[in-house]
Amino acid sequence: MRAAHVASVPVNASGTDAARRAVEAVWRIESPKLVAGLARLVQDVGLAEELAQDALVIALEQWPTQGVPANPASWLTATAKHRAVDLVRRRGRYADKLAELGRELTGYESSETDEVVAALDGHIEDDLLRLIFTACHPVLTTEARVAMTLRLLGGLSTVEIARALLVPEPTAGQRISRAKRTLASNSVAVELPPPAEMADRLASVLEVIYLIFNEGYTATAGDDWMRPALAEEALRLGRVLAGVLPDQPEVHGLCALMELQASRMRARTGPGGEPVLLLEQDRRQWDRLLIRRGLAALESAQRLGGAYLPYTLQAAIAACHARAGSAEETDWAEMAAIYAVLARVSPSPVVELNRAVAVGMALGPEAGLRLVEPLRTERTLDGYPQLPAVRGDLLAKLGRHDEARAEFARAAALTRNEAERAVFLRRAGG
Amino acid sequence: MRYLVLLEATQPDGPPPAGLMEGIMQLGAEATKAGALLDTAGLAPSAAGAMVGVTGGRLTVTDGPFAEAKEMISYALYQVRSKEEAVEWTSRFIRLHHELWPGWEGEARVLRVFGPEDFGPDGAPA
Repeated sequence: MRAAHVASVPVNASGTDAARRAVEAVWRIESPKLVAGLARLVQDVGLAEELAQDALVIALEQWPTQGVPANPASWLTATAKHRAVDLVRRRGRYADKLAELGRELTGYESSETDEVVAALDGHIEDDLLRLIFTACHPVLTTEARVAMTLRLLGGLSTVEIARALLVPEPTAGQRISRAKRTLASNSVAVELPPPAEMADRLASVLEVIYLIFNEGYTATAGDDWMRPALAEEALRLGRVLAGVLPDQPEVHGLCALMELQASRMRARTGPGGEPVLLLEQDRRQWDRLLIRRGLAALESAQRLGGAYLPYTLQAAIAACHARAGSAEETDWAEMAAIYAVLARVSPSPVVELNRAVAVGMALGPEAGLRLVEPLRTERTLDGYPQLPAVRGDLLAKLGRHDEARAEFARAAALTRNEAERAVFLRRAGG
Repeated sequence: MRYLVLLEATQPDGPPPAGLMEGIMQLGAEATKAGALLDTAGLAPSAAGAMVGVTGGRLTVTDGPFAEAKEMISYALYQVRSKEEAVEWTSRFIRLHHELWPGWEGEARVLRVFGPEDFGPDGAPA
């Protein structure tokens, strides 16, 4: 077994392990909703997160000695609400202080407890959405968006974020506190983007989720367990987003792409930990449930008019693999056609290289090679090991073995992945 | 990690209260939107099913119903970050039954489904 689940929250020295884990589980489930509701109330995600953390600290102090309450979720919510009520009251009393903070609490100025509590109830989905858009706000760097999303929407501790992103703990901590300061100093309101900005802002949210997914998906077997867990977290965030934005096709497109890629997780590494190429994978190890969910999400994206959006197109390509019972049954012509559309919608040398692979399979190595040749002068692919590897494979299929070996030797020299290097070297010598 | 939750119960006579069904639907929607619930469904009484086994060296097929005190009621498949999270969702589900259906008794098994994290690089259990 891998290392046991490690505490993500401060451990009360007197607390029992079981109570701490129970607090942690409820926290994981409830914290995004709690922070989201509190953020709407106080219009400051940093402050909202601190209020929610206060409730967690109280739980960690009380539960181990007084027992876990019958309904732990209600307990946490009620406790956080009381903290918020106290805060709003203090703000009411010290109007100067409020003015100094420069924030309008329109609608929440009353110190009436009922009103404040009522304001925290309901609207959960809108609150979550506002929180997601704030965590991925354009005033933040991409790194900061990733850290804030994991913190606010995933309920991950600084320690967990540091381990997952392979950065020292103080770095992760600074990233989060700096992000909170940036949001505050730019007076970023916790609100939905105006309609005119919606498309760009949503693209930024999807980008952050897919970045988190890839951080986890590209982790290797020897990595800390927190890294693969990131892929699962991204999948979860995608599902949450699909729940609150059910009419946005690209959200379903991204979910489809992640579910279909994740379905191959088990089959991606061989007995020695070496990567197994997609076409050589044992398809019996593919996760049928994730494939089913991925195909359903793809259908939703297409039904909602998103067939030509980039994530949906990539998901459609992944679906070509998922639908094929064996590598030989892959519909390469279909895949080459989808790549042709993707190359127009979101052109990039990497897309073009992948298109060459599909075309090579559909129409023969000669046709594939014709697409690869212009890429050899593409500067953005300098040092990209897959370029010589793809070219080498096509050359080998054409019987041009000396040239193929030279390309694989080049690919081996370029890759930083030891296991991949071994695969390239084998073909360079063969 | 994934958990399979199997619910077994002795149901009081008559259909479940409408409020319970509503509560179950709401909880299911919440767990789905939290990204935790992957799949769930109710199970028909065992009279509609069969049992396939090996007894006395022979393959046997027996049609339901089966003479057991409790019926299997439903299953749910969760994707969560810890066992405690699966237990928490299941507790909410069981609490609903307890609060809304007088006389109901039952239990849910929370079973971990093996995943990639349970196998080492050599494919052997880690």
